[in-house]
Amino acid sequence: MRKLGGAVTHMQQNLINEKQLEDLTAVKFLVGDMNDLVGERPKSLMPFCDQVIEFLNSLSKNLMSSKEAKQYPDIITLGFWIRKSSLLQLKDRFHKEDENALRMGRGIAFHIAPSNVPVNYAYSLVTGLLTGNVNIVRIPSKDFPQVDIVNRAIVKTLDEYADLKKYIYLVRYDRNQKVNDVFSIICDSRIIWGGDQTISEIRKSSLSPRAGEITFADRYSLAIIDSDKYLSLASKERFAEEFYNDTYLTDQNACTSPRIVVWTGEKVEEAKDEFWKLLHNLVEKKYTLQPIMGVNKLTSSYIAAAAGVCDRIEVHEDNYIVRVHVKEPDSSIMELKDNSGYFFECECHDLMELRGLCNNNHCQTIGYLGERDEIMPLLLSGIQGVDRVVPIGKTMDFDLLWDGYDLYERLTRNISISI
Amino acid sequence: MKYEELLEIAPYSLDQSEKKKILTKRLVELSRLHYEKCNEYRAISDSIGFNPDNIDDYEQLPFLPVRLFKELNLKSVNDEDIVKTMTSSGTSGQAVSKIYLDRTTSSNQQKTMVKIVSNFTGSNRMPMIILDCPSVVKNRLMFSARGAGILGFSIFGSKKVYALDDEMNLDVEGLKAFLDQYQGQKILLFGFTFMVWQHFYKELLRLREEGITFDLSNGILIHGGGWKKLVNESVSQEEFHARLQDVCGLNQIHDYYGMVEQTGCIYMQCECGHLHASIFSDVIIRDPQDFSVCPKGKKGIIQVVSAIPESYPGHSLLTEDEGEILGEDDCPCGRKGKYFKIYGRLQNAEIRGCSDTYAAKFN
Repeated sequence: MRKLGGAVTHMQQNLINEKQLEDLTAVKFLVGDMNDLVGERPKSLMPFCDQVIEFLNSLSKNLMSSKEAKQYPDIITLGFWIRKSSLLQLKDRFHKEDENALRMGRGIAFHIAPSNVPVNYAYSLVTGLLTGNVNIVRIPSKDFPQVDIVNRAIVKTLDEYADLKKYIYLVRYDRNQKVNDVFSIICDSRIIWGGDQTISEIRKSSLSPRAGEITFADRYSLAIIDSDKYLSLASKERFAEEFYNDTYLTDQNACTSPRIVVWTGEKVEEAKDEFWKLLHNLVEKKYTLQPIMGVNKLTSSYIAAAAGVCDRIEVHEDNYIVRVHVKEPDSSIMELKDNSGYFFECECHDLMELRGLCNNNHCQTIGYLGERDEIMPLLLSGIQGVDRVVPIGKTMDFDLLWDGYDLYERLTRNISISI
Repeated sequence: MKYEELLEIAPYSLDQSEKKKILTKRLVELSRLHYEKCNEYRAISDSIGFNPDNIDDYEQLPFLPVRLFKELNLKSVNDEDIVKTMTSSGTSGQAVSKIYLDRTTSSNQQKTMVKIVSNFTGSNRMPMIILDCPSVVKNRLMFSARGAGILGFSIFGSKKVYALDDEMNLDVEGLKAFLDQYQGQKILLFGFTFMVWQHFYKELLRLREEGITFDLSNGILIHGGGWKKLVNESVSQEEFHARLQDVCGLNQIHDYYGMVEQTGCIYMQCECGHLHASIFSDVIIRDPQDFSVCPKGKKGIIQVVSAIPESYPGHSLLTEDEGEILGEDDCPCGRKGKYFKIYGRLQNAEIRGCSDTYAAKFN
């Protein structure tokens, strides 16, 4: 409100000015109408509000019943995650009713999704919606069929939930700092997925003083397997399958993919033989090994040997699995990591020996088969790294606790009421 | 075994078993040398349990991927013995290979090249037209692959002229004068495949429209560097030959395959259109799945071995090129040894996962 000549006038403050509007001509809106974004700032919602949960549940149904979606396990996993029952569980965990406090979405969330994980943008969007925000999501520039399928389902579902249209903008644009500038200055939270370089590039665009930022930087992860526990598993084939999903499914290049396998327990050699043999059977069947991958992995293993990091490159009959044995694992070996089935490997008697590997803020996930008690001293030892410890096979499972952030807390604000 | 012993043998005179014997002996000795002199080579050998004493065929030798020469400084001589450092021609910003040469290795490269090339051109020096610009060879201490190629081939020229100026324009007058002066003599032309096409052939074509023509029917063209850019322009080898012959009468054209990591041991294309391995080196085709040796007729990744490198551990390398063995000892041209064809570079990997592909666009 502003006083003009004595009269009280309502000035509608546009969210985006004309100059900014011009910069946005480079943006393609795949879902959402830019005109809806231009005017008044949309109202924040309450986290886990019924409308959003119902919308996501309908989207889930649309995805799960879509014939074309069925061939993409990543879409099905997404569809499963956004079922009502699953969302209500999340609500239970995160959204505590408190009569002295009120949670609201922070406002506008600007998401920059990684360009080589097809449906990651959808997880980011869902997180923004659940926390009551308006979402502008930059989606991968690469043409993934999954993106088209999910977007179509979103558009279809939005027809039944017209009120939510103003909360979802899925955009695509090429390198363009001016566009980053506009979205960054109008948002209340900026979420940057993947890559130190991307983060520093996007950070050239200023945020408003009150805005916050969540960055998912380059990370590395590991697997710890207790050999005795492994040997007593009922289905080692199933375990190989789980490990495959943690690694090869994303070319072992997700930040959650284990780069090193650490063996503990008594029967390490026996367990190793069995584990790698079963994994090999699976990889040979399921994985497409591109010719250059073998060359890359050979190069990486020789660089590790030349650097004195590894004392032995395990004999491998083919190029599907390359294992590089390290004597003393340290976080510096991760500068020599590779993907597509390239594993450092070591043995350890006491998990405290892994302090060097984990005492680094790039260390993210531990895929773990072993006793909880055995890893607790390591986690309690004041290390800089390790955000999550999960069973093998679950490293990719998305949660609102991610990368050490509580996304629910980060994307909402608290109105405290003490009257 | 001294390299000189090899130099006394005619480059395409040994059959499979003779070549295997002599080349295995030399390559095993080189492996021992590098194991002793190069720390990185020793560490790599140890990590895979490689022992040269157990080798009875050079196919069993480990091979270093060529990218190692970009990531590491690999040398088997003291720094004060290095007389030249060669680099690969990477685009700006990319890491380049660094190949360290001492006097012996450098001189053996040149002697080998003479042996190989003169088998195709005859041993007399010829007036030579370099289809490139003079600035490529300016810095004689740091050689790019292009510069090294030009200097390497320059030893075949009695009188030399650069056909292009530093703006890559054809020096029409200079070329005319040179051809007039050496009328009736055999002329050697050398250049990189794409340069020959872009800056020489296309310019000759344009000049013909203006009524200016050149007669190069006495010429021998040697060109290398790969077909990638010409494939993009849909120019096949046959068309390359036919069009050059049409525009200037050039009919003796030899492609060659070679790399800065194994300078000297080039693979020349014979009259039948096949690339040939000489006794100084060999190509082995490896299956990308398991690096096993591919039989004749099966496409795979090219490994190259060379008997030359003493100053750096580059005697057995895995390239990032794809090729196929066409035959051995029985090319109709009469040369012994393997003959093969090249398919070009391996494709870059398409990798999933949350890495920096957005940022990659900014670089």
